[in-house]
Amino acid sequence: MTFTPVLGLLAVLLLAPALPGIANRVKSALTGRRGAPMLQLYADLGKSWRKGVVYSPTTTILFRLGPVVLVCTALLAAGLVPLDGTTSPIRFTGDLVAFAGLLALGRFMLVLAALDTGSSFEGMGASREVTFAVFAEPALFLCFTVFVVATGDLRLQDMLGQPLAHTWLATAPSLLLGAASLFIVSLAETNRVPIDDPLTHLELTMVHEVMVLDHSGPDLALILYASALKMALFGSLVVRVFVAGAMVSAPMALGLLLIGLVVYAMAVGVVESVMARLRMNHVPQLLVAASATAGFGLILLLR
Amino acid sequence: MQPSHDVLLLLVVLTNFWVLGTTRLSSMIRAAAMQGLLLAALPIALYPHASLHIVGLAIGTLLVKAIVLPHFLTRAIREAAVRREIEPLIGFTASLILGAAAVALAFAIAPRLELPGTPSGMLIPVALSTVIIGLLVLTTRNKALTQVVGYLILENGIYVFGLSQAERVPFLVEVGVLLDVFAGVFIMGIVVFHINREFDSLDSARLTELRD
Repeated sequence: MTFTPVLGLLAVLLLAPALPGIANRVKSALTGRRGAPMLQLYADLGKSWRKGVVYSPTTTILFRLGPVVLVCTALLAAGLVPLDGTTSPIRFTGDLVAFAGLLALGRFMLVLAALDTGSSFEGMGASREVTFAVFAEPALFLCFTVFVVATGDLRLQDMLGQPLAHTWLATAPSLLLGAASLFIVSLAETNRVPIDDPLTHLELTMVHEVMVLDHSGPDLALILYASALKMALFGSLVVRVFVAGAMVSAPMALGLLLIGLVVYAMAVGVVESVMARLRMNHVPQLLVAASATAGFGLILLLR
Repeated sequence: MQPSHDVLLLLVVLTNFWVLGTTRLSSMIRAAAMQGLLLAALPIALYPHASLHIVGLAIGTLLVKAIVLPHFLTRAIREAAVRREIEPLIGFTASLILGAAAVALAFAIAPRLELPGTPSGMLIPVALSTVIIGLLVLTTRNKALTQVVGYLILENGIYVFGLSQAERVPFLVEVGVLLDVFAGVFIMGIVVFHINREFDSLDSARLTELRD
């Protein structure tokens, strides 16, 4: 048993809040502004954590449960990802379903908490979030299927680890299609442009942000942290596909993964700068296109 | 490692998805131009021992499909002032799903067609799926210009199919095909212009209305 999986997990848990900062910094630089400090989210988390909480008298236990479940599921899901390319801290056959399921559970609880407030804006945000998730999830599973078929393994640790490295040369086009599709899914899952704009302040156009309007203090800090962690997780999935092709030792792979995460955050920032967010009714189209891309990768494998 | 022609064919399929998924006409024409560019590179990648025939085919394709036709179509949308396809008969999301199904179908039936001397196993399925997707665009979109792009995609599929036999098909036949397409799109362009002037719209559904 080596220490790199645990080290990787700790590194990702610690560094996750820097990723949205990097994305925003790239966005500012490309639009000619100085922008907020890269580590702004750490300060925001600290500030929210020290504050008190305000609960509306109309809310129930569901509202308090939402952020806690969200952060717990994200932490558990983080344990499933093979960050150093050899082993995941938690692993069992079929854990890819658990990964998607945990994130879905977190989202479900957050949606329930939003509906619990009884605010029509939050209900609207929740309905949009779920609408997009309906299209993002099949795309995610199609991407996973590409990697499962390529490696013949049902564990995240194997389908994104050593076996993937061995099959890289033979199946590169399918894996690249899968990775491209996974990147689009990651933008949808982490509520970035072109699916959702994390910086918008108009309730009518917000998706994820409007759902969490009523959360305050430590609850808000948990939600912010969980979103950053989710971004790091999806980023690691995308980056792992490429790092696996490099075939290096575990500590090296972990280092490459962390560098890759920074590149991923920068790529997200570039995407946010060069395109506007899509109209709501075009988002499903983009996600179906992502599914079609992954599906095409799958067809190439099954040929 | 995958040979370069397979990568090109893969990108051809991706441009097909692009054509199916985009609502803007200019973006659609750009996708068709991209596809023309890929198709021009394809004969050289497939037959590296470049004969005069193959090089001629590549240059002809580059000129007609990647430069002249897209340029012509771009001018047509500027003059007709249409920007996007509003209400296709089959929605964009549904047509993307149909497109993916078409690709799956093409890859499923292609191994049953045994053609002598095809240089790549992906050539026939990509050709079939491109033809089906071209037909899909041609039949389910309302704007006359989008239908022209659909026709172009359909013809691109036939061209890919023809490439599988490029060593055998005489040069003259292929030049004839390219010229046919060029003339076809040219005539359609003029028709589109007249439809637009007559009806103030490019909606081909309105051609069924009778009036003096």
